[in-house]
Amino acid sequence: MNEKFSKVDIITSSRKFEELKEALNAIGVSGMTVSNVLGCGMQKGHKEFYRGLALDINLLPKIKVEIVVCDIPVELVVETAQKVLHTGKMGDGKIFIYDVKNIIRISNGAEGRDALRYDK
Amino acid sequence: MNAVNAADTSFIIFSTALVMLMTPGLALFYGGMVRRKNVLSITIHSYAAMAIVSIQWVVIGYSLCFGKDFAGFIGGFQFLGLQGVGFLPNANYAATIPQSLFMLFQLMFAIITPAIISGAIAERMKFFAFSVFILLWSLIVYDPITHWVWGAGGWLRNLGVLDFAGGNVVEISSGISALVAAIVIGRRKKLKTITPHNIPMTMLGAGILWFGWFGFNAGSALAINGVALNAFITTNTSAAAGIIAWSICEIASRGKVTSLGIASGMVAGLVAITPGAGFVSPMASLIIGGIGGALCFYCVTIVKQRLGYDDSLDAFGCHGIGGIWGGIATGIFASKAINSAGANGLMYGNIKLVGIQLIAVVSTIAYAAIMTFIILKVMGKFMSLRVTSEEEMDGLDVSLHGEEAYGGIDI
Repeated sequence: MNEKFSKVDIITSSRKFEELKEALNAIGVSGMTVSNVLGCGMQKGHKEFYRGLALDINLLPKIKVEIVVCDIPVELVVETAQKVLHTGKMGDGKIFIYDVKNIIRISNGAEGRDALRYDK
Repeated sequence: MNAVNAADTSFIIFSTALVMLMTPGLALFYGGMVRRKNVLSITIHSYAAMAIVSIQWVVIGYSLCFGKDFAGFIGGFQFLGLQGVGFLPNANYAATIPQSLFMLFQLMFAIITPAIISGAIAERMKFFAFSVFILLWSLIVYDPITHWVWGAGGWLRNLGVLDFAGGNVVEISSGISALVAAIVIGRRKKLKTITPHNIPMTMLGAGILWFGWFGFNAGSALAINGVALNAFITTNTSAAAGIIAWSICEIASRGKVTSLGIASGMVAGLVAITPGAGFVSPMASLIIGGIGGALCFYCVTIVKQRLGYDDSLDAFGCHGIGGIWGGIATGIFASKAINSAGANGLMYGNIKLVGIQLIAVVSTIAYAAIMTFIILKVMGKFMSLRVTSEEEMDGLDVSLHGEEAYGGIDI
């Protein structure tokens, strides 16, 4: 088994999620796992007011998009995500890339590249 | 000299409280249908109406609606600051309850009407602009139309129009204005991807609306009598018929009955019976609610998509369309056997009533549409009506109000 799989995690503001999903679909990424997460980084958040009490909210709502690719080059995924998400400001988010050892599809036991493919 | 009747008075106090509860109910009804980042913003619209219209009403609004007539168009300053509005009944409006109570009962109608409009501009209008808008709208649109229909000397009242609980005054005026506001302010971004965030909240709000509507319609008899109870029955029947009709439409077009459909059909049925509640028979209300549900379904699911306007929470689709149908239906089904103070409609050989009802419907549509358009255009010269694109994407709760509805991690 000499295939290389990569997992790409994109943590970003929820603002452009729909654009991101469309752009990823357009380059052939058909599967993804998305979660609502809270996080902080350089962006220091905003102020909220509860009964006159000002609070610095530094855990901001973000979304995490997880994708595993094999045939689609990781560079293309990263480039696409950057193109959609870039505003140049703090809070645009980060992209993490990992190596994946193996993939197993539960329904039929397919492994590796086959587990990512669906025959119509 | 009229005497205050204790039973009538108690009944209207209860009805007034019921109608008041409809506005928080509306806030829940609408709140569940927006995205989680905008639920506070839409909720605040309803509560803002409670605050702003309450003050507008006691200072000048009541007088403009029910004060001494000026040319059939608007009331004068007779009751400015509630001068002369006391325990003594005003026989022009309700001979057996204190005028101060009639004023309060009417206030609750004046509150919910502009709050309904917020459904059309949800998730994108500036809070300050909305606040100014509902104040101006109450003065320029609501008060005159109320005077036309219900005020002593109002030109539609003199014409003999039948509007039992506010088909013109509340439903058509708010529904049409909502459509105009939705078009002037424009569509939300990424419209196709927007889904409701909490449908159980909407269902609870819908239930509260149904509950409150008993006060709205039965209370509009302004006394405990056969007309009040008839209105109670027709209101409940029409709501049920609206649900059944909407559900049948859903099954026919998509094969599934949805909870949001049940809530919408219910509101459509309630809106449709509002003008006729105290004039039509229970069997007629079955037809009125059923057709109301089907018409609103058609408007919300087909016409809206085809024309592409963003009436976000269907203020026009339910209240505008349902109100127009209800006004015409009253002209068809009204019967003197149900309410001797009313008139016979088409079914009882009086085609003239349909004509009168149509005049009321058309004039309300025209006046509300034109005035709302002018108010918004003039306001647009002085302030921005719509949030910036960034604020819209971040959500109005955080960007306009500095609050999150469901913030933080779940601990």
